[in-house]
Amino acid sequence: MESSLHALGYENVYRVRVGKYLELFLEAENKEEATHQVEEMSRRLLSNPVIEDFSYSLQEAQL
Amino acid sequence: MKFGVIVFPGSNCDLDAFHLIRDILQQPVDYISHQTADLADCDAVILPGGFSYGDYLRSGAIARFSKIMPKVAEFAARGGLVLGICNGFQVLTEAGLLPGALYRNDNLQFRCQQVSVRVENSDTPFTNAASRGAVLKIPIAHGDGNYFAPPELLQQMEKNRQILFRYTDEKGKTRIDANPNGSLDQIAGVCNETGNVAGMMPHPERAGELILGSADGLFIFKSILNHFLSKEAVKHG
Repeated sequence: MESSLHALGYENVYRVRVGKYLELFLEAENKEEATHQVEEMSRRLLSNPVIEDFSYSLQEAQL
Repeated sequence: MKFGVIVFPGSNCDLDAFHLIRDILQQPVDYISHQTADLADCDAVILPGGFSYGDYLRSGAIARFSKIMPKVAEFAARGGLVLGICNGFQVLTEAGLLPGALYRNDNLQFRCQQVSVRVENSDTPFTNAASRGAVLKIPIAHGDGNYFAPPELLQQMEKNRQILFRYTDEKGKTRIDANPNGSLDQIAGVCNETGNVAGMMPHPERAGELILGSADGLFIFKSILNHFLSKEAVKHG
């Protein structure tokens, strides 16, 4: 990808890295419960804490 | 000595491991499905290479939650011998049974080639048949083999002699260009603190016969057998 960007003329680009973006719907009683669950699942499965960081944002949605 | 080879959906070196144990090492061996919660009466468990669950999310991340894994953890906690090869190594790090993690290869390539690894500690159940400093010719085939451990952890692992193998040239010299994946400190294989769980990126089960280009992989399986037999000898006086 980095070399493709260079080929397109963006020669000032380097250290290109790919990350992951995940989207999920979750039912919870309140925001605290949702936050707790998202943090927990991010730690236990969605990320590997040895080599990855994570951040998240919550949005209220209608099913 | 009875071996068990765990089969995850997407494992593809299970047959090679099975063949080496049954036909070359001439020991009893069974496949163990990821769906069972029973290691039967195995004396050692192999987590083979492959692409368990398609390596979705991260290599080994899904397999680590399969039904058999709590049993593997229990078995390891009781001192049982567990060896993870390639994808099996990734599963064991994801499960927290081995320290560190495996990043994408630094060259971003899937590397499939013969490599040389140096035995760094021959005083373990997985390496006792080789001498320290011996150079083994074993193939690799992986995209995520770039070993990483945070500095404090690495230091502790060095102190406990948990580094089992390092990538070197054919003469056993560590050289940057002999490192196929960017692994920290050229690390190719490690064990846990108690020495009964090990993981390695190279495939010893694919190097058990000269017709395959090398029989050096046998050292690892012979070591496991040696360890078991010497323990049995002590047990039965």
